[in-house]
Amino acid sequence: MLITHLSPLAASLFSLLAIASLLLAFVMLGSRWLLDYLLAFTVESWVIAALSVAVAYYGGYPELYLIAILTILFRGMLLPYLILRIIRRLNVDRELHMTLQPSSSLVVGALLVIFAFVVASHLGGQLGLAGTIAVLALTVMLSMKLIGFLMLSVRSEAISQILGLLVLENGIFLGSQILVPGMPLLIELVILFDLLVVVVSFGILVRYLLAHVGSTSSRDLQRLVG
Amino acid sequence: MTALLLLIMMLAPAAAMLGCLLSRRARFSAYINLVAAAVAFAAAVPLPLLSLRGPRFYLNQYIILDSAGAWVLLCTAVVYLLASIYAVGYMRLLNEDERLHRFYALFAGFALTMLAGPLMNNIGVYWIAIELTTLVSTFLVGFELGKESVEAAWKYIIVVSAGISLALLGTVLFYWGGSLVLGPTYDFTWSVLREVAPRINSTLLVMAFLLVLVGYGTKAGLAPMHTWLPDAHSEGPAPVSAMLSGALLNTAMLGIVRFLSVTDAAHHMVLPRTVLVAFGAFSLLVAALFIVRQEGVKRLMAYSSVEHMGVLALGFGFGGTLGVAGALYHMFNHSLNKSLMFFGAGNAMRSFGTKEIGAIRGVLRHLPVTGALWLAGAIAITGAPPFGLFLSELSILRAGVAGNNAWAAWLMVLLLIVIFIGFLNHFRRMYFGDGPGTRELRARCGGWCVAPMWLALIPLLLLGLWWPQWLLHYFEHVSVQLGENTL
Repeated sequence: MLITHLSPLAASLFSLLAIASLLLAFVMLGSRWLLDYLLAFTVESWVIAALSVAVAYYGGYPELYLIAILTILFRGMLLPYLILRIIRRLNVDRELHMTLQPSSSLVVGALLVIFAFVVASHLGGQLGLAGTIAVLALTVMLSMKLIGFLMLSVRSEAISQILGLLVLENGIFLGSQILVPGMPLLIELVILFDLLVVVVSFGILVRYLLAHVGSTSSRDLQRLVG
Repeated sequence: MTALLLLIMMLAPAAAMLGCLLSRRARFSAYINLVAAAVAFAAAVPLPLLSLRGPRFYLNQYIILDSAGAWVLLCTAVVYLLASIYAVGYMRLLNEDERLHRFYALFAGFALTMLAGPLMNNIGVYWIAIELTTLVSTFLVGFELGKESVEAAWKYIIVVSAGISLALLGTVLFYWGGSLVLGPTYDFTWSVLREVAPRINSTLLVMAFLLVLVGYGTKAGLAPMHTWLPDAHSEGPAPVSAMLSGALLNTAMLGIVRFLSVTDAAHHMVLPRTVLVAFGAFSLLVAALFIVRQEGVKRLMAYSSVEHMGVLALGFGFGGTLGVAGALYHMFNHSLNKSLMFFGAGNAMRSFGTKEIGAIRGVLRHLPVTGALWLAGAIAITGAPPFGLFLSELSILRAGVAGNNAWAAWLMVLLLIVIFIGFLNHFRRMYFGDGPGTRELRARCGGWCVAPMWLALIPLLLLGLWWPQWLLHYFEHVSVQLGENTL
């Protein structure tokens, strides 16, 4: 098993990359500009691709090189490009009404990371993996999940919500590289592809929103209640 | 033979999808979709019978046909057929002929993804199939392009994608748990996971199950993750609502049931069942509260779907042969009945030109046939005899009272009574209430809109009068396959 006998160098490289992507999630939380979100997401995808390469090299999973290339192509270039096009078309460059200011969302995000760490270290202790990279991977995976949900709930622009969803999935992707590098290749490929479909559908929907509701903020979506 | 049937069942909607996109003609698309639905239905009918000889695998174990999956396929195919018949008449009333071929292409594609889901043996691929159903149906929900429909579509895709990503996390954790035992790479199928489950750490297993339950529970419309459901079900065109309610929710519920059988295989797992039962009971509670005070006619039907998914969750959560049999029977009855209810609601909406219950008056006077069928359906859906849902709810109750979670069974009785009164009160208002009386009907619903209501009601009545013995044997077979211990 990969995570139990890693060289110290590899372990610290993995930790560095995992923590870097967690920090990038915080960059998203701390800003109100849509382009910042997009940039942070793009860099995060590249970091995850780098992590794939590292796992492939140290763990001996050559198929992960392919995943890394596809991650860069899809998540690192194509998705950001598609989202950039939507942003350009929308005439919205930042969040106007935030339920939670960036500074307070940073604090909440930090609390969520602590919560994720408690859960992860409990689980790691149960599995006899305390102190290994597995705990860190679990922590980062869960915290990115929670931060994604935080973004979904406190940001109302359509683009922020799409990026929130992508952060959710990035978290899972990152965690699964370290925890289950042997997960069947087919699944990872299809999940990458699936993401592309998701973003295309979102793109079309955003156009509908703009054309028929006249706004892309979910604050204006309140006709259906009860 | 079985492989051929499966192939036909999948190819028919796929061919219809292509045909609609290539022909670009509304009428032709409607009929080709109808033919595809009939072919898929004909191919799906023998599947439960064929699955009795044990699960079958195709394509390198990626495809599975087991008896639980075959039953869900049958439910899906029935709803697809009924909704396709209904769509021929209903979609004409929308005056959107130039876009209609796209509607039918999406409709067939939606059916295709729903028929694919239950067949997926690889758990990761099953997740992808469920995610695909969301993506396709989003555009069906938003098809009418009104403010409300676009809002509903947006909420649908955001809430469900966020929810289902939790299921992906749970799936990864299941795989991780397995990989700690079996080594980093193995076939991630339902049966392998079930075999390895006893050796996976129980904390990890429970956590993964809870994530999966919340994830697929979002898709299946269990409260409190049901928030997308009333919007999506009420804003899509009526045939789409029927498909969402009668077919889609079942395919997600199947995932929960299969994961439940994994945690069952690990023994001494009381918590997963209790949580499922609690979600079921809470769904009933939420549905009861919203049904009583509902103003929109299709939202009323949507909350009734939340109610019935709650009943299904209770049935599978109580477990045992009786619980599983009741839940499977209920699934089929609900598929028929909810299609009938949405067809009736669609006819009433188009005829009276409103979605508000308060503005619909004198249904029987204006629409004698539709009205009578719809009223019979309303009585059936509240679980009154002599219809099928009465029998299935009764057996779920019996399973519940005998099991560990008897409190939920008693709560279920209470809430079903509340829903019975609340739901039928709305029908009393629509049928016999005072109000601005005779008005010109906005549209005439032809035979295409009424025939599927008959086709849904007659089997519903038959299943209520007679629960065939062989069907009971079939359900027993399913519950053995799911590893239930018999009561």
